[in-house]
Amino acid sequence: MMLNFLINPNKFNILADIIFKPLLIIAFIILILGLILVYYSPLDYQQGLTVKIMYIHVPSAWLALLTYAIMTIYSIVGLAFKIPFSFIINKAIAPIGAIFTTLCLLSGSLWGKPMWGTWWVWDARLTSVAILLIIYVIIIFLNQTFESREVKEKTVAIFILIGSINLPIIKFSVDWWNTLHQPASISKLSSPSIDISMLKPLLVMTIAFSLIGLIIAILRIKAEILIRKRDL
Amino acid sequence: MSLRFQRLILILITLIVLGFAIILILFNTKQNIIFFYTPSELIKKDINKDTKIRIGGYVKESTFKKISLNKYEFKITDNNYDLSVIYEGILPDLFREGQGTVIEGIVNNNNIIIANRVYAKHDENYMPSSIKKELEKNNQWKKKYK
Repeated sequence: MMLNFLINPNKFNILADIIFKPLLIIAFIILILGLILVYYSPLDYQQGLTVKIMYIHVPSAWLALLTYAIMTIYSIVGLAFKIPFSFIINKAIAPIGAIFTTLCLLSGSLWGKPMWGTWWVWDARLTSVAILLIIYVIIIFLNQTFESREVKEKTVAIFILIGSINLPIIKFSVDWWNTLHQPASISKLSSPSIDISMLKPLLVMTIAFSLIGLIIAILRIKAEILIRKRDL
Repeated sequence: MSLRFQRLILILITLIVLGFAIILILFNTKQNIIFFYTPSELIKKDINKDTKIRIGGYVKESTFKKISLNKYEFKITDNNYDLSVIYEGILPDLFREGQGTVIEGIVNNNNIIIANRVYAKHDENYMPSSIKKELEKNNQWKKKYK
């Protein structure tokens, strides 16, 4: 099967070794391209220069959610089909998600001060993302906690599944409740509320962030596989 | 049905039930979760004097007045009801007439809101300033972008 590398550590290692160097080069090129596009991107009609924080804030927010979504899928698969590689991935990518969430909160705070007039408010969107960060931190701690590896892996997976309820809450918080945070600009693909000249750098930066996340993930997953092999 | 698919279905059902429970809790505590009331919601609701509330809406056109150096008076509206606001302090950069805003303060006896915090709220539209000029030149500028 083509997608075996997603559940088989040996296949994963083989594929990772093939794609790693090209991936580094591509990620570097796309990041530079993204930064150039951001530099030349137009100023917003209302926010002026401050709008450029968006090119950090939005990709990190998306990747924070994506990382958690991947962990959720692997938890379901891992618990239902007893695939040990799922738990390796869960452990390896949790800190990456935590970093992206932190980046999202920090950049959002720096953006909020000049635009809204405050670093932080307890509205539904900001609070639910703060809860996501707390969930990530708990997952990281849980991973260090238990003596028995099997008990630990199952506990973490179940905790991830419970925490996954937060994902739709984050996504729809701006639609369900009155929040200070504005609704999504790119909810409808046909006509996003963001001009194409600003959408392009945003998408390139998102690809760059994803590739950087992927590179760190590959390194961490490979290290985690080695640790498991040593312990066996 | 194999054991693994039974487990899969069990997990999915658990998640759905758990999600449903959380959604029920969230919707029944909506009053505590929303960040602000709109003026219409506020008028329907009886608000005690001297309780801190947040109100969100637009700064009504041509109601913004400067009383003294950093004391301002304006009306906040949701196009149904208006409320008068007095605020003393620094306004955020984005604050202007027609712009979304959230204010935090107390209602006084004359039904005027004495704000102690003013936030600017911006919407989900992003556009280069050059395009705005272009649109204005051709009279294509739509109010809804504001």
